[in-house]
Amino acid sequence: MTAEPEALAEEQDVGLVEPEISASETAAAGGRRHLLSISDLGAYGIEEVLRVSDAFVEVGKRSIPKVPALRGKTVVTLFVEESTRTKLSFETAAKRLSADVMSFSASSSSLKKGESLRDTVETVAAMGVDAFVIRHSSAGAPAAVSRWVDASVLNAGDGWHEHPTQALLDCYTIREVLAEREGLAPGEAGMGCFKGLRVAIVGDIRHSRVARSNVLALAALGAEVTLVAPGTLLPPAVETWPVAAVSHDIDDVLPKIDVCYLLRLQAERGAGRFLPSIREYSSEYGLNARRASALADGALVMHPGPMNRGVEIADEVADLPRSVILRQVANGVAVRMAVLFMLLGTPHGQTPTGTLASLGGAWESGSA
Amino acid sequence: MAERERRLTTPRGGVFVPRVQVLSAEDVARAITRIAHEIVERNRGISDIVVIGLQTGGVPLARRLAQVLEEIAGVPVPSGTLDVAFYRDDIGIRPVLPEAVTDIPGDLAGELVVLVDDVLFTGRTVRAALNALADYGRARAVQLAVMVDRGHREIPIRPDYVGKNMPTRIDEQVDVSLDGVVLGDVVPR
Repeated sequence: MTAEPEALAEEQDVGLVEPEISASETAAAGGRRHLLSISDLGAYGIEEVLRVSDAFVEVGKRSIPKVPALRGKTVVTLFVEESTRTKLSFETAAKRLSADVMSFSASSSSLKKGESLRDTVETVAAMGVDAFVIRHSSAGAPAAVSRWVDASVLNAGDGWHEHPTQALLDCYTIREVLAEREGLAPGEAGMGCFKGLRVAIVGDIRHSRVARSNVLALAALGAEVTLVAPGTLLPPAVETWPVAAVSHDIDDVLPKIDVCYLLRLQAERGAGRFLPSIREYSSEYGLNARRASALADGALVMHPGPMNRGVEIADEVADLPRSVILRQVANGVAVRMAVLFMLLGTPHGQTPTGTLASLGGAWESGSA
Repeated sequence: MAERERRLTTPRGGVFVPRVQVLSAEDVARAITRIAHEIVERNRGISDIVVIGLQTGGVPLARRLAQVLEEIAGVPVPSGTLDVAFYRDDIGIRPVLPEAVTDIPGDLAGELVVLVDDVLFTGRTVRAALNALADYGRARAVQLAVMVDRGHREIPIRPDYVGKNMPTRIDEQVDVSLDGVVLGDVVPR
């Protein structure tokens, strides 16, 4: 699953690299912990991240939304593929933890001059870096970096493979909204709300790292996930995914679900080649006002952003009260603070396997 | 039980084995009542008071103290909880995770804050708590109430109100709840 690291500054066709959904590289140089895949965490690790996120949501509500927890740590955001929200979200998270942030993007860097990814990260790491937050168009790039440098690596989206913090903030948002309905604080609600929760993930699943991470997370927590997409936009080995069903008929699925998770059509990864036309996709799979009215009362509409209004989601649907898209963004900062704190705020070399999950395990056995 | 958590989350872990009951439930209740009266006496009333318990051991004590203060003064006494995980000085040395969400009632500017914890030991938790409190506004004054002061301070912190001064060995363990105070040992698993 690891792509050739050399000369990755340019957008590569990752169509040849078929990421395995369950595999992840957790090699940990010097006992550093990484977050490369949701499968690093397991159900217990996800629960631990959500629990710590509760504390950071409270921090975000203060008049001074900043804590000294990661003073003296340096976090580098290395976005070889462009992004606005994820990069800003991670940088805000790191700054609110009092870490120093160095920012690095492909368009204005030595990668443009032909330096390999390996040389670039090793150069930056030599300046003394505690964590790399990496987005890359090739699946496996963050895993490769985690073997090259003595620093924690956070996958902020790699090719078609995974986007673990997006899945974590989506789970946080689901739990928060459902707890709110019960009149509970998120922390009091526990993880029971995911058991049997019916989630439809709709759209360009083939090219979606968000779908992969969300399927892994939701399945681990006991949700029933249905994938809804035209056959051409389903991933090649979809039968190996831990989902309850695969459907090509959104109108059949909509009345039977609790969460409708829409994905963006990824034109930059060639999604258009798999469809007769964008317009036909929109009329067959887009969530318009008529379809939204078929949703059960209280069903949520989610989207990882950026939205293509009028394609996968209609204007008026995006702004419905049941749409929690802006809450997803708001929770992103707190969830990323939790992940950074859990990776960097604990001693490295102390836990056996060097993953975030093992941190949770150490805590569990310690406080028993 | 901040102190107990800290010990039990060392890489070795360990189990608390009780040895001596030092205070009974009634003793703890009496100590809380005495501390409440001392607070009223020292501050000549309890206007603008906020009682804040440190997660997790200080929380039930703080709630009880706020109740007793309400009974004595006949006015509502706001209480809150504070988790100091993000302010600790041992982040990166041992696994530090928040125990619970901090819940501070309103802005603390101009208030009289009484911090409550179960055991005062090294003083580092209180140091972290003082830094945390500063992020919620400039309190008029901060006072510290603890059920047990067991000594072994590592930084210059002293309590204003003490349930019981209790000399201990550094390797002993003190367990405090509303049901009483127990001295024991941590036995490695």
